[in-house]
Amino acid sequence: MAIFINEDSKVIVQGMTGSEGMKHTTRMLASGTNVVGGVNPRKAGQSVEFPGDVTVPVFGSVAEAMKQTGADVSVIFVPPAFTRAAVVEAVDARMPLTVIITEGVPVADSAEFFTLAQQAGVRLIGPNCPGIISPGKSNVGIIPANITGPGKVGLVSKSGTLTYQMMYELRDFGFSTAIGIGGDPIIGTTHIDALAAFEADPETEAIVMIGEIGGDAEERAAAFIKENVTKPVVGYVAGFTAPEGKTMGHAGAIVSGSSGTAQAKKEALEAAGVKVGKTPSETAALMREILS
Amino acid sequence: MPLTAHQTEGRSRVDLFEYQARDIFEKHGVPVLGGVVATTPDEARAGAEQLGGGTVVVKAQVKTGGRGKAGGVKLAHSPEEAAEKASEILGMDIKGHTVHRVMVAAGAKIAEEYYFSVLLDRANRSYLAMASVEGGMEIEQLAVERPEALARVAVDPTVGIDAAKAAEIVEAAGFAEDVRDAVADTIQKLWTVYQAEDATLVEVNPLVRTEDGAVVALDGKVSIDENASFRHAEHAALEDKAAADPLEAKAKENDLNYVKLDGEVGIIGNGAGLVMSTLDVVAYAGEAHGGVKPANFLDIGGGASAAVMAAGLDVILNDPQVKSVFVNVFGGITACDAVANGIVQALDILGDEANKPLVVRLDGNNVEEGRRILAEANHPLVTLAETMDGGADAAAAAAHAA
Repeated sequence: MAIFINEDSKVIVQGMTGSEGMKHTTRMLASGTNVVGGVNPRKAGQSVEFPGDVTVPVFGSVAEAMKQTGADVSVIFVPPAFTRAAVVEAVDARMPLTVIITEGVPVADSAEFFTLAQQAGVRLIGPNCPGIISPGKSNVGIIPANITGPGKVGLVSKSGTLTYQMMYELRDFGFSTAIGIGGDPIIGTTHIDALAAFEADPETEAIVMIGEIGGDAEERAAAFIKENVTKPVVGYVAGFTAPEGKTMGHAGAIVSGSSGTAQAKKEALEAAGVKVGKTPSETAALMREILS
Repeated sequence: MPLTAHQTEGRSRVDLFEYQARDIFEKHGVPVLGGVVATTPDEARAGAEQLGGGTVVVKAQVKTGGRGKAGGVKLAHSPEEAAEKASEILGMDIKGHTVHRVMVAAGAKIAEEYYFSVLLDRANRSYLAMASVEGGMEIEQLAVERPEALARVAVDPTVGIDAAKAAEIVEAAGFAEDVRDAVADTIQKLWTVYQAEDATLVEVNPLVRTEDGAVVALDGKVSIDENASFRHAEHAALEDKAAADPLEAKAKENDLNYVKLDGEVGIIGNGAGLVMSTLDVVAYAGEAHGGVKPANFLDIGGGASAAVMAAGLDVILNDPQVKSVFVNVFGGITACDAVANGIVQALDILGDEANKPLVVRLDGNNVEEGRRILAEANHPLVTLAETMDGGADAAAAAAHAA
């Protein structure tokens, strides 16, 4: 099983022929991902050779790639100025899952393509995220595949390197899926979406949720866990010792109704029965207690 | 500068001063009063004359609330008095913000005060407009005590605030019949500001009706999305370079995500979340070592080349408060050997400028090779740590011992 991606996922890469796209397509292929195509209208009909005698065809559009290959996942490695168009193309083609790695996407663009994705009933992950890995099955994005293998822990995090750190801390247990949802203000898949999927996934026995200061995503996730999640959840929130930031205007605080501090998030999570660590190693130790 | 949530978002925003918001409002046809920015009393006098020589308001330009209560907003009845008030306000400290500029604004006879904002709604991954006929100072309090007095209307990002949406907002907020059209028109123009400028917040408090019936945006707050700077070359001019800490300015020149904090242990890491976590771990470790604290937030990002590492170390080692440095890297895309080479080369480049103990913790891709490179270089200032916790402890101990 695993969530959102599995061994049957057929992946295309938008921006495959660029330098980032080439580098990461090579890595994805090396970790066993079934990359079935790239998209670049100027190189349609060509193909690209990758190490290990893998030849990946380039298609002129996402729709064409889907038609020819049956692709059901797209991963985007294009610069910020072109990300909106790339996502809109994938959404218009009804790509079931699009993972947007690009950092620095204007939030107005994210707001727009998220709304369109919702209307189309398709899933986005990111932007500004490391992607998603179900070790041994599929790896879509830039998460290093060699940290750990398959296992029973599900992980959802806003942060990339903190995801790697936590996978490393729990490397002896392995992961069903680890997903980096990105830290931007508007993201396609939230903590709550991932928690719901892990709850429904028979291969996931316990869940690690990593948050950060700011916003109220963790508070909302806590409320969701209380009502909907029966599997054990361990939490970590980075930024306990961060000095309080300035706030601009009043509107933000009115909307979220939360101070956004790590302490506020910890309290909300603990009230939902989540054990919260103060550091990554302490968080891993809490998970060890549950799993052993 | 305090650490803010957006540091962890891989993105940042520029919060504008009131006078900048006023200018942008004017550019998009939002009704505003005359206003002139001044950095000296003489400029304030000239500004008041430019506005007709009558009654003006001298307002401190600081990016924080509560300036009225702090004495940062004063009425002046003549250009001479405007200069006097400006000299009182300039240099004033308001919640840790030094006043470097005032805006001399034309006076208005206010009949009623309203509130309007449009902003990102993270929870719904959309936009939200808020409006109230009870504007003025205590809008946050109003939102808590009488939420029904603050209308909240969802705005579809693919549609925006058109005439129908503006009418819905004024209806929901209960604006009186005689101002509805004028307010709806202003709201649409404020939406134009939001969209055309790639703002993440446009807030007007108060939006007023003057005694002669005009609707005017009297004070505005605007936050601009820096991620959109590739389509707004003109936004570079809005940045407040004077306010930035010199170390922060230097970091920014090198595209480093750096925030100066008030501690002794310099921090370098890759990825905002891991760096934020490193600050925590160092602060906890510091409790056992004389209460030393992190000196900064510095995220060198994914591509930790030697040049980036050198630039980062350079910024941190130039902070006189720093007594030791903790480099905490999880090698993902950038492998540990590249990071280790970066550190060795950075120390070479810096030469004698590198004079504080460095504790380095590497894990992840090619970690053995990375550790081997550092061990081989055998730099007298560098200590290798096996774990993040161990490294934090060693760095805190070194800072305390220094």
